[in-house]
Amino acid sequence: MIHQYKNNGYNIVMDVNSGSVHVVDDIVYDMIPLVEPLVTGGVKDADTVKAAVLACGNLRYEEKDILEAVDEVLELEKAGVLFAEDVYENAITDFKSRKTVVKALCLHIAHDCNLACKYCFAEEGEYHGRRALMSFEVGKKALDFLVANSGSRINLEVDFFGGEPLMNWQVVKDLVAYGRSLEEPHHKKFRFTLTTNGVLLNDEIMEFANKEMANIVLSIDGRKEVHDRMRPFRNGSGSYDLIIPKFQKVAESRDQMNYYVRGTYTHNNLDFSKDVLHLADLGFKQISVEPVVAEPSEEYALREEDIPQLLEEYDKLAVEMLKRQKEGNGFNFFHFMIDLKGGPCVYKRLSGCGSGTEYLAVTPWGDLYPCHQFVGNEKFLLGNVDEGIVKTDIVDEFKSCNVYAKDKCKTCFAKLYCSGGCAANAYNFSGSVNGVYDAGCELQKKRIECAIMIKAAMAEE
Amino acid sequence: MKHIKTLTTRDLKESMKKGGCGECQTSCQSACKTSCTVGNQSCEKMK
Repeated sequence: MIHQYKNNGYNIVMDVNSGSVHVVDDIVYDMIPLVEPLVTGGVKDADTVKAAVLACGNLRYEEKDILEAVDEVLELEKAGVLFAEDVYENAITDFKSRKTVVKALCLHIAHDCNLACKYCFAEEGEYHGRRALMSFEVGKKALDFLVANSGSRINLEVDFFGGEPLMNWQVVKDLVAYGRSLEEPHHKKFRFTLTTNGVLLNDEIMEFANKEMANIVLSIDGRKEVHDRMRPFRNGSGSYDLIIPKFQKVAESRDQMNYYVRGTYTHNNLDFSKDVLHLADLGFKQISVEPVVAEPSEEYALREEDIPQLLEEYDKLAVEMLKRQKEGNGFNFFHFMIDLKGGPCVYKRLSGCGSGTEYLAVTPWGDLYPCHQFVGNEKFLLGNVDEGIVKTDIVDEFKSCNVYAKDKCKTCFAKLYCSGGCAANAYNFSGSVNGVYDAGCELQKKRIECAIMIKAAMAEE
Repeated sequence: MKHIKTLTTRDLKESMKKGGCGECQTSCQSACKTSCTVGNQSCEKMK
């Protein structure tokens, strides 16, 4: 499968099945659609391909150049990096049917929040339920459950999530200490992470987080007016002024690494590239700003007619990022990060995020759900930290979820980069975890194109 | 090559042979929490 596109002056040809990326001139770019049906139809003889390309008469280039380009294209085909076959479907079916282990937990340490963000999928921290804080006992059982169900996997991940986890900080600290005590006897290594709105951040918390948290996610949407509109306190006043200096201090204290300032863009800030650049101008080097996921009836929900502008925003952002990179003032944008050389193996790429199998969310009272986005939807209640997973049929449903189980993904060029997308979004918009969220797909595809264009531009340096 | 520049990428077909150890990071534990992005993650064995 080939995906070719032009972006920022680059002609890019992605050979989806091999994972190869080629930056080509106009001749090759125009020739690929002519050669692909020949080669995939079994015609690989150079003379036959050349004759067919010339006979087509659509290419307005010198014959010598066309013939030379055909040779190069066929050379790549022979090397297995162009027009490669899809050989993964059977492998992933076998892989997904293997016995899985639990390797990551999202601990809902507090179903309560000191902000009242308008787009919160957690309903201001309460997740359609009651306000509650996780006790140390429940958290301890959750970590025991993780260790007991992690098989031979060494690296275990635990995210302290909410609501707002700093509203239950002592339990976070106690659970980190407990987790560390389990490492040596069980031959495990915990990677703790924290997601916070920053309201309660102070020096003591920063110091602890810098020592113990492998990553820290700091929630901020961008420009003051954008942030304050969507992320007010419960009394309606904005939270921007309070959190900015704290977040800047966190970023500096972590040497601008292993953290993200993370925002959400909505229908109210379709020009979100300005928010990303605002965060960069504030000195942040690790930035993630993502589309809101909301019921279509919400005034802030993204609409179908917003998509063209959003796609343009990604293009604009990519160009500006490159410019700043060249000026020595670069920053990372989470959704443009792509690891072409050292990225995940094909099994990981095809099997997705691991929700419901490798990754589970734990409520303050110890219930288990496939991920944080499903918390509160009783249909997806899997079990609890005392009894473990009871509803194995739900786990099996998530286990079968992979790129080839989704018709729309099978023919999509992005399938090996997004892995079929978010199961919760798929469920919310299509009614099935094996469905897709079309608007999300459009944005995802553009982000991948931009990310690869940036790699092409950097390779030129 | 004169007409084509190939970026260095991981050979995905080759990754079938030794892949699937499962030690890699869970996608949602990074920054997202509302989307799924896997292509940007690093393989633990290649770090």
